[in-house]
Amino acid sequence: MSVKLGVPSKGRLMEKTFDWFSQRGVRLTRTGSEREYAGAVGGIQGVSLVLLSAGEVPRELATGRLHFGVTGTDLVQEKLPLWEQQIEPVQELGFGHADLVLAVPKAWVDVDTLDDLDAAATAFRAAHDMRLRIATKYHRLVREHLRQGGVADYALVDSQGATEGTVANETAEAIADITSSGETLRANHLKVLGDDPILRSQATLWRSRLAPASEADRKVIDALTKQLAG
Amino acid sequence: MITRAQTLARAAELRARFEAAGALPVETPILQSAETLLDLYGEEIRARAYVTSDALRGEQMLRPDFTVAVVQMHMANGAEPARYTYSGEVFRRQEHDPDRANEYVQVGYEVFDRANPAASDAEVFALIAQAVAPLNLRATTGDIGLLTAAVRGLKTTEPRKAALLRHIWRPRRFRALLDRFSGRTPVSARREQLLAGDVACDAPLVGKRTQTEIDRRIQTLRDDAKAPPVSAAEVDLLDALLGVRETLPFALEQLRDIAVDLPSISSAVDGISRRAEALAARGVDVENLPFETSFGRTSMEYYDGFVFGFFSPNRADLPALATGGRYDALTRRLGQGAEIPAVGGVLRPGLMLELEAQA
Repeated sequence: MSVKLGVPSKGRLMEKTFDWFSQRGVRLTRTGSEREYAGAVGGIQGVSLVLLSAGEVPRELATGRLHFGVTGTDLVQEKLPLWEQQIEPVQELGFGHADLVLAVPKAWVDVDTLDDLDAAATAFRAAHDMRLRIATKYHRLVREHLRQGGVADYALVDSQGATEGTVANETAEAIADITSSGETLRANHLKVLGDDPILRSQATLWRSRLAPASEADRKVIDALTKQLAG
Repeated sequence: MITRAQTLARAAELRARFEAAGALPVETPILQSAETLLDLYGEEIRARAYVTSDALRGEQMLRPDFTVAVVQMHMANGAEPARYTYSGEVFRRQEHDPDRANEYVQVGYEVFDRANPAASDAEVFALIAQAVAPLNLRATTGDIGLLTAAVRGLKTTEPRKAALLRHIWRPRRFRALLDRFSGRTPVSARREQLLAGDVACDAPLVGKRTQTEIDRRIQTLRDDAKAPPVSAAEVDLLDALLGVRETLPFALEQLRDIAVDLPSISSAVDGISRRAEALAARGVDVENLPFETSFGRTSMEYYDGFVFGFFSPNRADLPALATGGRYDALTRRLGQGAEIPAVGGVLRPGLMLELEAQA
């Protein structure tokens, strides 16, 4: 057994994670060919690197197959009910900032708040004989947010990509998605609803509460935690 | 540890008891139309019920309760009056509390009868109360019809009343609406601009919601801004009404006092009074029966009149061991034009056995 650290396998999130660790003396590298998801860890003994999709990190931490993992707050809260009981945040990494927001067409000048959305949704259902559709891949978070806000008469439709386009394509009337700058929203003639986002997210290092660890593993976990805090 | 066999045996006993009281035993399918449940409860039902799907039938749900299916069955081909009983598993997602069962057995008793609603309410409550009597549970009762009557009687516009009625079961939303309609929430600067016609938008309108709908809503908002606020006196009366929490005779006294200034609730209060008599006639100790106007507001939204629940005083961690209520409006929504007064209640034999094992 060794201590397993899970890191997103692709793109800027991976590169920035590698940078963040190297600044703290832990060198993460990919090994093998460009397409092979294998990696190595330098600067500390007893830690092995697992490269995987950011969306799978929460589940792997919760099942205890990873001891540490890097992924966004959004994915943790969407995928793990009662996440606090299964994993704990170690450090926020200071990048990958994104907000989960509700957005509606900018031309809806009468809709600025959840209160307005509820009223518009009720009228929409009466006019079109269907519930107002909100496209998202964050079903749990959005449903909980709307429940707390007291919005009824809506339907969530699943959208795993190009969510901002669903309104113009008339497969949804509103969307809930992650945005960092809001540029894609503006380009699609959408505006953010309300003052506060559903969730503020950033790349975070998490630790599993459930991963089995031998005496030797625990020493490595403590050493790694100390070094990263350093 | 209570076994499944023990639970099913107790369920069979309870059902036999309800059959002896004159109910017809019925079975309903486990898989229910997701469309029907979504129409009734909205998207929130997805957080409570398990959804299945296949390519041919689309989405179906594992029954979260029996009532909807029993109402559908009765409305399609039931003779009147009717009494039904059933027992079987229901399925509830429990994503917030891992200690609560996501599959458990319910035994129910439902009455569809036009003759005397107060007597039917009392019949259901008394039967359930007798079934749980050895457990020394604490009962609570309420009546959703009081609040709906009070809202209908407000001296304000119809759209405001409709908005409040739609959110009776969401107390926070209800409160926010009431604060706005009574002028307690200040109007935002942006809303002032919109009402004054000062909001320009250069973005093209995308999506299915039309300009006509937007214009209509702005007109509604302007009409609403012109309408006088709900008076502070009326808000105070609603608060007084929502605050009633007493044993039934004292509650009735308070409700009659409130009805002097809020006459719209008079007939609902008379109904509660008739129910109290019917309960007493069935041997229920109404002198000590608690009544709370707010009871039942946050649970299942199909109850629209009498509501009740039985709880363990020693085990506050347990959910209600029995619940029930009147759901006339549900029969209207599922009845395709038909409707019939209906009231029912359910028991949880598994929890009953758990409590008995402790004693």
